[in-house]
Amino acid sequence: MSDDHHNAAPTGPAARVKALEALLTDKGLVKSEALDRIVDTFEHKVGPRNGARVVAKAWTDPEYRKRLLKNATAAVGELGIAGPEGGHLVAIENTPRVHNLVVCTLCSCYPWPVLGLPPVWYKSFAYRSRAVSDPRGVLRDFGLKLPDGVEIRVWDSSAEMRYLVLPERPRGTERMNENELALLVTRDSMVGVAKVSAPDGRARDAAKSERKASTKKRASTKG
Amino acid sequence: MNGVHDMGGMDGFGPVVHEDDEPVFHAEWEGRVYALVGSALRAIDVNVDEFRHAIERIAPAQYLASSYYERWLSALETLLVERGATGMRARDAVASRAETPRRARFTPGDRVRARNLNPAGHTRMPRYVRGKSGVIRRDWGVFVFPDSNAHHAGTRPQHVYCVEFAARELWGKPANIRERLFIDLCDEYLEPADKLRKTAKPKARNRTR
Repeated sequence: MSDDHHNAAPTGPAARVKALEALLTDKGLVKSEALDRIVDTFEHKVGPRNGARVVAKAWTDPEYRKRLLKNATAAVGELGIAGPEGGHLVAIENTPRVHNLVVCTLCSCYPWPVLGLPPVWYKSFAYRSRAVSDPRGVLRDFGLKLPDGVEIRVWDSSAEMRYLVLPERPRGTERMNENELALLVTRDSMVGVAKVSAPDGRARDAAKSERKASTKKRASTKG
Repeated sequence: MNGVHDMGGMDGFGPVVHEDDEPVFHAEWEGRVYALVGSALRAIDVNVDEFRHAIERIAPAQYLASSYYERWLSALETLLVERGATGMRARDAVASRAETPRRARFTPGDRVRARNLNPAGHTRMPRYVRGKSGVIRRDWGVFVFPDSNAHHAGTRPQHVYCVEFAARELWGKPANIRERLFIDLCDEYLEPADKLRKTAKPKARNRTR
């Protein structure tokens, strides 16, 4: 985060956080540099790209896919991915007949090491309330209409297990390698609110991730 | 506690709004809160269940008016005040004492019912499954019991199971038969369901004759 990022109201959360940080630093309970490192890690190092690598590997390596479905914590660990909220990872596989959707109705539990911190929609009351009772309606909010014959399985992360959806590999990607495939895999597809785009959408997806990169750059420089 | 945080199945929050190309943090303070919570809670010995419960204890109107990281901030402030803000350690040692895990009462395939429990304190069993019948699908092994751990009343280690519920069991007839819910529930949240099933079925048959 840049230094020129200021927040408006002195009584708002920004001021409260500042006061708390000063107090806790003063008491020697936290160190500002350690906090900087945590923020930097989650802004730049941990994110859905991790999960995308896992998915792409599972698509191209049948033995890895088996290991992932059997013990996701160990399988993502093979790729050097681990961390808080990742001690009990579970991978659930989408098929043409079964679609999985992950939610945490009580708070917003999310598999941080593979997907990073959750987006606002995942934490929203609308998603937390309706994902369990009206999953098809929620998927429609995301523009995803599943055929009536497809079974929907909703996973409410109420304990310490954290779920990663293994989306279907889109048709027409047979000649793509693992790295190319990883670029197709979106965060939303690994939560279960989207499918991975077919290869004719490849250009669009690439443009999207480019846009993402430039937005990130803008966000880090704007006040 | 039957708080407003227990949202599964509620209506009225409108459609889910998706933000394209969303930043990890929407303001610098959000990142600071995130980092502070992780570090400070460790320093003052607050466990994750206690932290979740501090969020749940936010008054309903304030909870609904706050953003996710505002709730984290309020919970952290509450816990710091409660711990006296200085010289803080966990209130007792019960939580860290090694306790013998309970035996697994259920195995995959068993029919179970989520008990109708309404504890005043922390729980990880949402209201929408209470009293409903489902099937054990997985035994995830032994975990700390959040309901006691959040209150420093022991870790009460026990098995946590993945339980499958049919959408119709949870939401009634209009629910799609091709929808199922999977949720991880502690041993203490569950009771065997077979007995009642067996007595209920013949009765239903008699009525139709």
